[in-house]
Amino acid sequence: MLYREAGQFKTNYATDQAIFPILQDRIGIIIILFIAFVVIPLTGNDFFINAIMTPFLIFSLAAIGLNLLTGYTGLLSLGTGAFMGVGAYACYKLTTVFPNVNIIIWVIASGFVSAAVGVVFGLPSLRIKGFYLAIATLAAQFFLEWCFIRIPWLYNYNVSAAIEVPQRELFGIIVTGPRATAGTRYVIVLTFVVIMTWMASNIVRGRIGRMWMAVRDMDIAAELMGIRLLPTKLLAFAVSSFYCGVAGALLVFLWYGGAESTVFSINESFTVLFMIIIGGLGSLLGSFLGSALIYILPIILRFVPPQLGLPLHAATVEHLTFMITGALIVFFLIVEPAGLARLWQIVKQKLRVWPFPY
Amino acid sequence: MDILYKIFLDPFVQMGTAPDLFVQTLWEGVVGGMLYALIALGFVLIFKASGVFNFAQGIMVVFAALTLVGLYNAGVPAFLALGLTIAVMFALAFAVERIVLRPLINQPDIILFMATFGLTYFLIGFGEFVFGGDPKVMITEQLYLPKGTITYKALGGVVSLQKLDIAAAVIASIMVAGLAVFFSKTRIGRALRAVADSHSAALSVGISLEQIWVIVWFAAGLVALVTGIMWGARSDVSFALDVIALKALPVLILGGLTSIPGAIVGGLIIGVGEKLWEFYWGPLIGGGTDSWFAFVLALVFLLFRPQGLFGERIIERV
Amino acid sequence: MRAAGGPDVAVGDVLLSVENVSLSFGGVRAVSDVSFDIRKGEIRAIIGPNGAGKTSMLNVINGFYQPQEGRITFKGQTRAKMRPHDAAYGGIARTFQNVALFRGMTALDNIMAGRTLKMHASFFWQLLRYGPALREEVEHREHVEEIIDFLKIQEIRRVPVGRLPYGLQKRVELGRALAMEPELLLLDEPMAGMNLEEKEDMSRFVLDVNDHYGTTIALIEHDMGVVMDLSDRVVVLDHGIKIADGTPDEVKRNQAVIGAYLGVAH
Repeated sequence: MLYREAGQFKTNYATDQAIFPILQDRIGIIIILFIAFVVIPLTGNDFFINAIMTPFLIFSLAAIGLNLLTGYTGLLSLGTGAFMGVGAYACYKLTTVFPNVNIIIWVIASGFVSAAVGVVFGLPSLRIKGFYLAIATLAAQFFLEWCFIRIPWLYNYNVSAAIEVPQRELFGIIVTGPRATAGTRYVIVLTFVVIMTWMASNIVRGRIGRMWMAVRDMDIAAELMGIRLLPTKLLAFAVSSFYCGVAGALLVFLWYGGAESTVFSINESFTVLFMIIIGGLGSLLGSFLGSALIYILPIILRFVPPQLGLPLHAATVEHLTFMITGALIVFFLIVEPAGLARLWQIVKQKLRVWPFPY
Repeated sequence: MDILYKIFLDPFVQMGTAPDLFVQTLWEGVVGGMLYALIALGFVLIFKASGVFNFAQGIMVVFAALTLVGLYNAGVPAFLALGLTIAVMFALAFAVERIVLRPLINQPDIILFMATFGLTYFLIGFGEFVFGGDPKVMITEQLYLPKGTITYKALGGVVSLQKLDIAAAVIASIMVAGLAVFFSKTRIGRALRAVADSHSAALSVGISLEQIWVIVWFAAGLVALVTGIMWGARSDVSFALDVIALKALPVLILGGLTSIPGAIVGGLIIGVGEKLWEFYWGPLIGGGTDSWFAFVLALVFLLFRPQGLFGERIIERV
Repeated sequence: MRAAGGPDVAVGDVLLSVENVSLSFGGVRAVSDVSFDIRKGEIRAIIGPNGAGKTSMLNVINGFYQPQEGRITFKGQTRAKMRPHDAAYGGIARTFQNVALFRGMTALDNIMAGRTLKMHASFFWQLLRYGPALREEVEHREHVEEIIDFLKIQEIRRVPVGRLPYGLQKRVELGRALAMEPELLLLDEPMAGMNLEEKEDMSRFVLDVNDHYGTTIALIEHDMGVVMDLSDRVVVLDHGIKIADGTPDEVKRNQAVIGAYLGVAH
């Protein structure tokens, strides 16, 4: 009853296909955006913003990237960490070579670099599928990781093989580097994420999204519709890597402040994959939900038990995180393969008919 | 010109002028390859019999080794610890079949594959929780595994072989031969192959799927244990082994997912190739190439022969 | 209702001709030296006992399989090698024996997917879902809604196809093929697994497609009643060889055909 759509008629196809056709959804998203853009920066403390909100948003962006490739197009990729790294290192090189160009431009440009790399490593998808393609993406992951260490040019020949983010400004406000405030960085990340999510939503609702899903569900029939498989798959790799590359650049420039190659290891790849499995494959909302759950879980484990009188070792927290994550994966795959996103849909359905059971 | 020489000529010249080094590297490659092959063997067993690609095989190797060492360190005599570990692996197989596999029977393969990711993470966390994360030493003496080196003066220089490596090669060969015979000659082996071909057909001739799966996972657990002992003996027992398990995937690509001899051949190719590449060509590009060589090789292979050396050709019917 | 490429073919002229086509898989001969043609505007049935090579024949016409011998001429142009994607652009659409719908998508999206080859708005506009991209979406949605009305599947537009009953899935698949505005529609056992009422509905749709859209139809079907009622001409295959070719009446009386179905005493 809270969620009744009855009485909301659409009079043309454009509004019927809009991103939030239902009024309650529109209200909800406006409230969320208001909270995100206004309430949190004004009232949140630095820790909350910096340790929770900003990384949550960044990982959601990476999760969207991977979801476009794996959830919508059905191409399992274990190279997410490496593609994020490409974005980060590209941004670093670009801004150290051309320090006077706006950093935002370089973040976007590094997305394109990552997209190009993604296309190269996506070429094998012409001939290999499924699990074998996943192995091929492992080649990308390990090779690129190797590059991050063994190509000193990438980190400007720094002795410790790490990159440190230089200070950059935007309209006179410091946005990167140690003196940038948590709030500033958060708002920039938020803006990136909101715009790119909107664009992703447009793509998946249109012709390209349908092409991707067709390739995922039955590529033989898709070919029959005139969908050329290789360009479609390569486009998926390109767009996905773009998102992961931007996420990587944001990770380093607007959150960590620096990085070394271990930041973009296979663990990142698995983490993001788990986010979209739990959150929901083929769902943009799911990317956010999964990112929230996976990212916030260790934080909850670190802070809640002491409040309940059960202090835990840092090491134990890590072990428990692994165990709970693994168990959640198996649980979701068994119980609800469509993830949290589907659970949310079920909740909405219940809200539609409440207080009746069905 | 100079570059071409460096890439295409020099390494071979080096091989020729220092044959003892070449043989030494070759041998290291063979041993490494053998160990990869053992891990791959576990995958092949499970895949052959149930069609499930068990990504968790790698962590099972670690788990087996940890259990063995953990029990011994807790005071249990070596061979008793061995027996108990086998029992633990059996229980693990049972639990996995019941909790993870059974509910997912009709799901597409990729879902099962991802479930084994989850299983892997769970076992990593669980293993670290129970046994602690610090590296441990494998109880090689207590298991009467040989120590020390044999040194040969040959080929103008010196070639030294670890006795342990030789033992590992022998044990691995015996196990592979045993499994190959088991699959082709015994009744249960035939049943396993039947199940791999078609679950419903196997059911209709009275083969119990659950029984078969428990047997298979147990066999994989045994293989994991032997692998764990061998690996742990060469380096410490730690969770880095799990990364090693990822290397088994290229082995499977080369050898095919369903072939036991394929796992061996694939393992040897990867092991030898990786070592030779790193030793002779690695220095040209900065070294450390063994983190990716296996995968790139597998990738190249996939482009030309997606089913591997020994695997079955997949023909898609509409 | 024309697809791109190739000269116009008048009603009654040969639209597609199969000449001496042979297809083998490994050692198995699926189709041996088969020749027949399909005339524009007709409904052509391809029948035969199980394993006769009917689906393989359709797959060859479609471009999925390349025959080892023989050739296909479509709209006057002989094709050397055709990929399914070329067949689609040439104006050939198809349904499958085991419904090949995109299970993760709704009925509406499935049919919209059929419009893909007519949609050209660039990636840039897709990102913004504005201008050309939005106009295209609306324009093609209108086309698709016509098909939805035609097939009477309005209520199930937003239902994920995996949840639809079998009969409706088949209808959605037909809709998806129609969305491609094909000149030649290949239907692989469209009535399989249906009860009498569903068959009557589907037969009506097939006839309507032929009437209303002028689409040439080639269909594989087992139900003899359907074949006799719907088709203009029939080709009969048995063990990969053509054993009869003619009107339904002619074929019904053909000794070889009767023998193939009932079995001949050896």
